[in-house]
Amino acid sequence: MMLKRSTNSGYWWFLLPGLILFVMVIAIPFLMNIGTSFTNWQGVGTPKWAGFDNYARLFRDSTFWASFRNNLAMLIAMTIVPTLLGLLLAAVLYDYIGNKFGSGTASFFRAAFYLPQILPVAIAGVVWAWILHPNYGALNGFLETLGLENLTRNWLGNRQTALPSVMMIMVWFQLGYPLVIFMAGLQRIDPEIYEAAVLDGASWFDRFRFITIHLIRPEIFVVLLTTTIASLKVFGQIYVLTRGGPGNATLVPSYFAYQNFFEKANVGYGAAIATVMTLIIIVLTIIFIRRQSAEEL
Amino acid sequence: MTSLPIKSTLKKPHQAGFGRYLVLAALIIAVLVVLLPFAIVVINAFKTPTDYASNGPLSWPSAWSIDGIVEFWQRVDYSQKLLNSLLISASVAVIGVLLSLLNAFALGIGRIKGRVWLLILFMVANTLPQESLVYPLYYLSKEFDLYNTRFVVILIFSVIQSAFGTYLLSSVFSTFPKEMLEAAMLDGCNKLQLLFKIIVPVSRPTLSVLFTFFFIWTWNEFFLPLILLISNDRQTVPIAVGVLQGQRNMEATLSSASALLGILPCFIFFLIFQRTLTKGIAAGSVK
Repeated sequence: MMLKRSTNSGYWWFLLPGLILFVMVIAIPFLMNIGTSFTNWQGVGTPKWAGFDNYARLFRDSTFWASFRNNLAMLIAMTIVPTLLGLLLAAVLYDYIGNKFGSGTASFFRAAFYLPQILPVAIAGVVWAWILHPNYGALNGFLETLGLENLTRNWLGNRQTALPSVMMIMVWFQLGYPLVIFMAGLQRIDPEIYEAAVLDGASWFDRFRFITIHLIRPEIFVVLLTTTIASLKVFGQIYVLTRGGPGNATLVPSYFAYQNFFEKANVGYGAAIATVMTLIIIVLTIIFIRRQSAEEL
Repeated sequence: MTSLPIKSTLKKPHQAGFGRYLVLAALIIAVLVVLLPFAIVVINAFKTPTDYASNGPLSWPSAWSIDGIVEFWQRVDYSQKLLNSLLISASVAVIGVLLSLLNAFALGIGRIKGRVWLLILFMVANTLPQESLVYPLYYLSKEFDLYNTRFVVILIFSVIQSAFGTYLLSSVFSTFPKEMLEAAMLDGCNKLQLLFKIIVPVSRPTLSVLFTFFFIWTWNEFFLPLILLISNDRQTVPIAVGVLQGQRNMEATLSSASALLGILPCFIFFLIFQRTLTKGIAAGSVK
């Protein structure tokens, strides 16, 4: 005990460099951004105090709401569809393919589905931007060689197809993440549970529903939370693929904030958008921390 | 004892053996769909524009040409971009791990006062959207004459990544065997020796996972580098490839070559780091 008391004191010094840099790079800019959100500012000159004007404007701004509607589309494409598909695939690979064709085959499939995840988001966007390009893109070229000219279109430049195209790309990009995490989770499940269920006559689908989903609930929760937060932050793909267009068809909050900061010089308004995004993400994070500490008890 | 016969019932298909090939076929089709974009990028990157124009995107290249790749490489000065990306990512990985290590030493081993609040602070910082920091960072870096320098990007990402590293390492360090620490202290170790002679060697696997993560995450970053690095000779690979996308004078084969050059480094990292990464993803997922 004596030892502990006397040795604990000197540890603060080790925190000092990290804490100073943290304050400089994260804390001060973060507070500055909140401060800016209560002002009118073009990025030069003195910011003018505006109270809650920017926030009031935000709630009336149909573009802002459009960006959040598109964000729900991102949530479907990055969280809901990949989680459901990932669960099914993980269970099929682990409990079916792994059993019948060996775990090597299962690992091969896992690696293949994971491959898009290794790309920087912007590069994933570049891959698809040229495949979907209206004039020389591979998809339209492919449809033409099949004689399906009437199906070709400007996939990313057309109001009807832009958002669904982006969503498809996000599913393609995102699927490997839940798959890898769910398969890792399945590995800690005792195989005897499955064996007992088989003996009791449970079908594959019963085992999937009652055992797999139940036992990897922590992983499902982690995936849902992290991908929900990621879907709120989508920027690179939109920047490369559509710049939020056509019109506002694929505008997301992150890109909307960027436009206000750097294209329209509405810095105060951009800061308000960023603050609202931050609030949503912090609430989600707090839910996560509480949930995790509850489970550790 | 009874487990042997049970295992064999599991291994033996209980429905006719045909069904499993249907599942396998469905999976192979799904994998081909996922991999198709990569294949399209690769075959078209090696075509000449005339080959592409006459034979379309799905044909095999009539002659493997590296003209498109060479042209894109020279147009964006790709060697410089690679160098920038490597320099920034490697520096962030080293500094980020070092900062995480020092922070986590104070929080996880030293268990200093207020550590719970500090941990929550780091964790929240780790999930903050970069949009909420970007304008002040842009503004401040201009004020301090650091705008458009690789240094400021390295500094910012080292701190951002270390927020995650601190959180992860602290929870790893808090389970460090007490006896080992006390024995070292009794042997007259000071704190610096304790950290670098005892704790670092023991936790090397975790540190290498962190290093790998930081390197790849930084390599993949787009938003902040896009805003902070405006001159061509300081940009990173994703920025160079992403910004050129959609320029009018790009041909199909050149677009494909640019995508290929964007993919290749990540593919190489994936092969190099695969083991560390899969271990790390599993370790990082729950806790």
